[in-house]
Amino acid sequence: MSVMQISVFLENKPGTLKKMTEVLAASKISMRATSLAETKDFGIARLVVDDAMEAVNTLKEHDFVASLTPVLAVEIPDETGGLDKLLSHFSEAGVNIEYMYAFPGRGNGGQAYMIFRVADTKNAEAKLAGKGLKLLTQEEIANI
Amino acid sequence: MERYYQEEIECAPLEKIREIQSKKLVEQVKHVWDNVPYYRKKMEEKGVTPDDIKSVDDLHKLPFLSKQDLRDSYPTGLLGVPMKDCVRIHSTSGTTGKRVVAFYTQEDVDLWEDCCARAIMAAGGTSDDILQVAYGYGLFTGGAGLHGGSHKVGCLTIPASSGNTDRQIMFINDLKATFLCCTPSYAAYLGERFKELGYKPEDITLKAGIFGAEAWSEEMRRDIQNTLGIKAYDIYGLTELSGPGVAFECSEQKGMHINEDHFIAEIIDPDTEEVLPLGSEGELVFTAIDKKAFPMIRYRTKDICKLSREKCSCGRTHIRMAKPMGRSDDMLIIRGVNVFPSQIETVLLNNGYAANYQIVVDRVNNTDTLDVQVEMTPEIFTDNIGEVEERQKKLSDDLKSMLGIKAKVSLLAPKSIARSEGKAVRVIDKRKI
Repeated sequence: MSVMQISVFLENKPGTLKKMTEVLAASKISMRATSLAETKDFGIARLVVDDAMEAVNTLKEHDFVASLTPVLAVEIPDETGGLDKLLSHFSEAGVNIEYMYAFPGRGNGGQAYMIFRVADTKNAEAKLAGKGLKLLTQEEIANI
Repeated sequence: MERYYQEEIECAPLEKIREIQSKKLVEQVKHVWDNVPYYRKKMEEKGVTPDDIKSVDDLHKLPFLSKQDLRDSYPTGLLGVPMKDCVRIHSTSGTTGKRVVAFYTQEDVDLWEDCCARAIMAAGGTSDDILQVAYGYGLFTGGAGLHGGSHKVGCLTIPASSGNTDRQIMFINDLKATFLCCTPSYAAYLGERFKELGYKPEDITLKAGIFGAEAWSEEMRRDIQNTLGIKAYDIYGLTELSGPGVAFECSEQKGMHINEDHFIAEIIDPDTEEVLPLGSEGELVFTAIDKKAFPMIRYRTKDICKLSREKCSCGRTHIRMAKPMGRSDDMLIIRGVNVFPSQIETVLLNNGYAANYQIVVDRVNNTDTLDVQVEMTPEIFTDNIGEVEERQKKLSDDLKSMLGIKAKVSLLAPKSIARSEGKAVRVIDKRKI
């Protein structure tokens, strides 16, 4: 049960990121989670949004290079030790994490969410099944 | 089956070609001596008179003409006939200095168009073809030359001129154009646009293209052929010598046949000006032997290449020139090393990047810097930063091994490098030397 993350290539110059958010805002794309990975020469913006296909199409129309990557979105209680507990499941299952980032839920539920990029998403899902983790679907992401 | 526009002369035996060349050269030298005081003075300074020129073997006795001579004699100093006998001018873009204005009599235009017609038929064109000319029309020779050649072959000619890419595509589609003539960089751009619009190569009606007016690599040819689903032919020419069609590729695509009944080619050592033996690499020098309005004798092109008289399977006997590595004008000297943009292009295309690139040369703390800017493409992009960086490093390593100097690689956003509709601007040299 993975969700689609959008990865966008960003040239290393002022205003590039703003141009991307402008394009997304104009298309009424609502962002759930964002993360920015940077190197010396360029950046990659990673986004989880309500409508991934629409977002990718809009970005491509505006001459951005964007690709879709499957990631796991996992709900965690927003409390001390929450992430530690969650990661213990990953390490027990032998799932290697490439990168991760967090985003808060809306409202007063005290929920937070983590996005995980793992090498083999399908395999990781199978290994993590039955451990009582709450993995979000694309639909749930849209409705958070 | 190989088709020729003027088979008798295109496939004439070497002795016959030399006989024609000798006869025309003797007449041309007389014509210039009588009518072009600028060149007569050069001959006198060298102690040569028309009587010294009896055949093509005496060509080496004549003085050279350089780009500087054209500048010094601008605009009419090299005119060989009264202006009232001319029917047209064309002019260079003037990117490498002062413009050159070339004059044509009706006969000059005719022989130029014949050369272009030979090129079209050598690329397989017949009167059944629909040929779209996407070279610029106007002062630039590209549009007019191929347009005239296309008429001579009897193709249906679409005078689209350059630019307005979506209209170009509309005409190609609606009229089912089979031939495209433009600069290679514009052909690559049209291919890119077709792809964006969702066309596969087999959906495009074009079957061949004739591309010239700038240096392009074999890799770029492969790229254009694949995206447009065509066979891409090279054509060579200079405004000073009439325009495109001085030399052209046949089906064999191993060098371009020089139209030897109109132009005599020599290869010289650019430093000593000595004529080099056949097969040597050096600067290409041309003598136009029957153009009357703008008669160029021993004109130094600054193009570096080789000639070959090897038998060609297409049946044409005219000498072939290799694709020039580039004008010596295009050559950059970076940290003392000679660099041609075409070398950089080769590496980029081999690494899967598009033919859109820019080379920025600067001088920082007295050291030359070379920055090769390429656009990110969906094919190369991945979410994995390590992989993108590795590709970037591989490109940089490949450039180093091709050029012998280190180059920085910058990845730019798509479409951030301006697309050219004519000659592409590849090099930005910021050095103040």
